[in-house]
Amino acid sequence: MKLVTAVIKPYQLDAVKEALHALGVAGLTVSEVQGYGRQKGHTEVYRGAEYTVEFLPKIRVEVLTDEIDVEKVVDAVVTAARTGKIGDGKVWVTSVDDVIRVRTGERGLDAL
Amino acid sequence: MPEIAIDSGHTAWLLVSSALVLLMTPGLAFFYGGMTKSKGILNMMMMSFSSIAIVSLLWVFYGFSIAFGKSNGFFGDVTQYAFMTQDLTGAWSELVPVPTFVFAVFQMMFAIITVALISGALADRAKFAGWIVYAVAWATLVYFPVANWVWGGGWIFEMGAFDFAGGTAVHINAGAAALGLAIILRKRNGWPSGAYKPHNVPTIALGAGLLWFGWFGFNAGSEGAADAIAGIAFLNTQVATAAAVIGWLVVEWIRDGKPTLLGASSGAIAGLVAITPACAFVEPIGAIGLGIVTGAICALSVGLKYKLGFDDSLDVVGVHMVGGLIGALSIGLIATQKFYGEAGPQGLFYGGGVEQLGKQAAGAFAVLAYSLIISVILGFAIDKTIGMTVSSEAETEGVDQVEHAESAYDFSAPTGGGGAFALAGIAPSSGTPAAAAPATPATADEKVAG
Repeated sequence: MKLVTAVIKPYQLDAVKEALHALGVAGLTVSEVQGYGRQKGHTEVYRGAEYTVEFLPKIRVEVLTDEIDVEKVVDAVVTAARTGKIGDGKVWVTSVDDVIRVRTGERGLDAL
Repeated sequence: MPEIAIDSGHTAWLLVSSALVLLMTPGLAFFYGGMTKSKGILNMMMMSFSSIAIVSLLWVFYGFSIAFGKSNGFFGDVTQYAFMTQDLTGAWSELVPVPTFVFAVFQMMFAIITVALISGALADRAKFAGWIVYAVAWATLVYFPVANWVWGGGWIFEMGAFDFAGGTAVHINAGAAALGLAIILRKRNGWPSGAYKPHNVPTIALGAGLLWFGWFGFNAGSEGAADAIAGIAFLNTQVATAAAVIGWLVVEWIRDGKPTLLGASSGAIAGLVAITPACAFVEPIGAIGLGIVTGAICALSVGLKYKLGFDDSLDVVGVHMVGGLIGALSIGLIATQKFYGEAGPQGLFYGGGVEQLGKQAAGAFAVLAYSLIISVILGFAIDKTIGMTVSSEAETEGVDQVEHAESAYDFSAPTGGGGAFALAGIAPSSGTPAAAAPATPATADEKVAG
């Protein structure tokens, strides 16, 4: 099993959710995070005074999936989250040893 | 003297105008509140709401008497309307044929917002008790007498300087007081290099909208009657403000590369301020010119605090004092007797000579100097006794929590208020570590790839 983690722009969350839903992904976890990548935040100007915003608001989306579907999930997220501008985010895939559904105690693929 | 008949139409308009002017103070609370940090908005808004509470009572006790009682040139007879126990149902004057009660209520709202305006100099660090004492003392020693000088038959009035709706009595007066406090009081932690970006721009725009709406009562109501002069004041208020929005945005666009909503909101306020003293005396085209010039000059002058080194947090000086000065002086340049008649001023550009300009300048700078000096003395005295600002440590913790034990937003729960803001794409804090508001460790501490 795999965990697909994506850090995306907040405004792209709806598109990513729709794309995953269309794939038949049963559930996902969303959290608000802040951070920066290569662009190191951005500058805003208020009444002529410049402020550097280093930690930008981002959304982290986590999806558990089986190994067969992982590429489809990654493709869906990347396609839906892409605006083509700097700061679109990153997606990474990690291996998961086991998954347990809390309600029933099912394990592995049955718990997805 | 024959009794003056009360005019119900004029009375109705002044009652409505009074309510409109009152709305400006909560509007100001939103305008200022959005410009503070997220942990200082409540303290900021409290200063406006407390001005309503404090000044309303002072006005009944002795404020109206000092401002509009029989003048000796400097202040009115303090006993004349003391505690308003007298029969004030009779007409105020021939020009303002409304019950004296109604005139008093209208003018009360001006006193309230003038005091509230000053609070913009204290953002993120005001000690509430110090503010209350200051508000009482400044209203008593500065606003009430100055209103008498300008409108109540005092020396500026007698000299022949005009201030239709409060450029001198309200905006220069409050702006100079804010400058006094900004000079004398502790600057915000790390200012000017710290991150002091506004925490909620939509709130600022909401406040600016409420101010703009209420300002029609402020300016058109100042005629004291529902007539053509009120109409021209209303029209000029609208077009000068619209022009000032454009003036401010043009400066931003050229200087900073982008036009901002904060700039549009600020330009609107600057335009409203500048047209206030002149609104009944200029043609609409003059009002538009005044608005554009004011928008541009105020956009440039808000940067003065960085050059001169005073932390007037929310630019009360750059917007209200500078805007008020432009408006007061504009009467000496572009006023016309076309609408107001010979009782009104005639500006230099309309063949009036420089005399009027001199009178306008004398009145404006006298009020500026008086308000500045008294404000410095009051600010210093209060700060050395009970304190006008909280400690640096308290400022770091957040003035809302320290002074009021409440907070505007809940950043503690993932699905709380902070969550909603973050989902909407608005950072819950200023974004730099020094300025970051309390956030959940799970989110604030993460370094994610962008």
